[in-house]
Amino acid sequence: MYTQGLDGQVPDTAAHTDEATLEQRFLARVDAEEKIEPKDWMPVRYRNTLIRQISQHAHSEIVGMLPEGNWITRAPTLKRKAILIAKVQDEGGHGAYLYSAAETLGVSRDQLVEQLLSGKAKYSSIFNYPTPTWADVGAIGWLVDGAAIMNQIPLCRCSYGPYARAMVRVCREESFHQRQGYDLMLQLARGSEAQKRMAQEALNRWWWPALMMFGPSDANSTHTGDSQRWKIKRFSNDELRQKFVDFTVPQAKFLGLAVPDPELRWDEHRQQYEFGPIDWSEFDQVLKGNGPCNAERIAARRNAHAAGAWVREAASAYAAKRRQPSANIAA
Amino acid sequence: MNAKLPNVDAQALFHYVLRLGDLSLILGQRLGEWVGHAPALEEDLGVANIALDLIGQARLLLSYAGEIEGCGRDEDKLAYLREQGGYFNAILAEQPNGDFGQTIVRQVLIDAFQLELYERMTGSLDERLASIAAKSVKEVRYHLRYSSGWLVRLGDGTEESHARVQSALNTLWPYTVELFAEDDLDQLMADSGIAPRLSAVHAAWSARLEGILADSTLLRPADRPHLWHGKRGQHSEHLGYILAEMQYLQRAYPEACW
Ligand SMILES: [Fe+2]
Ligand SMILES: [Fe+2]
Ligand SMILES: [Fe+2]
Repeated sequence: MYTQGLDGQVPDTAAHTDEATLEQRFLARVDAEEKIEPKDWMPVRYRNTLIRQISQHAHSEIVGMLPEGNWITRAPTLKRKAILIAKVQDEGGHGAYLYSAAETLGVSRDQLVEQLLSGKAKYSSIFNYPTPTWADVGAIGWLVDGAAIMNQIPLCRCSYGPYARAMVRVCREESFHQRQGYDLMLQLARGSEAQKRMAQEALNRWWWPALMMFGPSDANSTHTGDSQRWKIKRFSNDELRQKFVDFTVPQAKFLGLAVPDPELRWDEHRQQYEFGPIDWSEFDQVLKGNGPCNAERIAARRNAHAAGAWVREAASAYAAKRRQPSANIAA
Repeated sequence: MNAKLPNVDAQALFHYVLRLGDLSLILGQRLGEWVGHAPALEEDLGVANIALDLIGQARLLLSYAGEIEGCGRDEDKLAYLREQGGYFNAILAEQPNGDFGQTIVRQVLIDAFQLELYERMTGSLDERLASIAAKSVKEVRYHLRYSSGWLVRLGDGTEESHARVQSALNTLWPYTVELFAEDDLDQLMADSGIAPRLSAVHAAWSARLEGILADSTLLRPADRPHLWHGKRGQHSEHLGYILAEMQYLQRAYPEACW
């Protein structure tokens, strides 16, 4: 509607309109909370920022299938197995529609996948941590999906229409995942001593990496300024992290688990939790490829891609034959 | 339980329902190994979808088996605490995934079997089985559409893909004999109106396979005698590993609830 309106204006004014005017008009639309759609004019930097962010998000969903997929064959009840398969499948689905959203910006999924496999593109560092026990599956659902929701709910109002719409759907499913993960943890926390230990150790493993999911603290965040101006990002990393801590600490208490932060305390005056310093050197190392599972995660994606090459080739060969039935008959 | 129990020995029915449930469970377990490692994202989703349906069928069937047995074993006790001699799936289901082509061949063979079986079982005198069959047949029809769609593309794709699936078909075909080898239990179930005659299922399966293989430009291997019967608890070496992995947590923490 407003998009079509703008499209209609473009032919008569475009010739006389310079970049600055277009950008002004773009920013006015963003300020007015209008959605920017694929065919609309947008600054190159806006487009590139979105491509980077959406594709990283898509890659994260795909790589994120691996740590939890690790437990599909070992899930301890058939119901939990079904829930886990469905969850991992959902993550793949999120990847698929995020790739589609990125494609509206003029890149192809193949290009993006190539960037993931070559190591050029990043994905969320959280998935470079291992899932040694069943409790890690619960901790991921509870904490990682929980943190993802905090990050993504504001993205449902992102200025770029296709991304915002994808996020609405994704968030709905992520909140299921978060509840299922918490339920898994609750079962462990109310279980045997061995199960409680398993749950506590998983919380110890995932707590700090989950806090790192929100990215560097605001003082050191490079992309925040433009993203906030363009209404891609609505809250700062630190604001979102604080929200997550305030939301999650009471849940840990309810589970009877200890958050592995000796400095954690309730600040009565600010009405929020104060927490200890994050070890950003660990974050930097994982980002550089030195996390516990970076190599395995990329290797798993590369292996799947390489082992599936003959399948994809066969599918295109078959499709090509169907497109030219007469050529086949003639030959 | 209000469902009408047919007039048949409970132990026999228990055993028969396990055959059905174990087939779905073991095949679902195998497909679960693929998730995250398939040739393309759509295939990760497709395989996960089928695995999910199969685990769902297994849950219904194992729960029912537990009720028939009446010893307090639920779906999880049956799935996680039986030893391999007490598993009654056809050996075909436990065969390794191999490459994607081998997985697809195994899937087509079993999907077509389950489709012909469940279509006929919707009229079972055992109301519970009839309703499980009615639910499952819709799922299985979709599974076969997926698997046969891939078999056609791979069979009639490139030279390499054709060679790969033909070889997988040759490898797996001998295991299909067991699906249709009617034993006393199959006969009893058919005589009691609980299950269709396997000969009828076989004829329909054969005709269906004929068409799929023709579309896939694949040759149907010759039938060979098959002496080893998973459905009587005689298994290949693979099942032990499948169960070791699947049952590990339940075995390691026998006191725990999950
Ligand atoms: Fe997701
Ligand atoms: Fe996500
Ligand atoms: Fe999720």
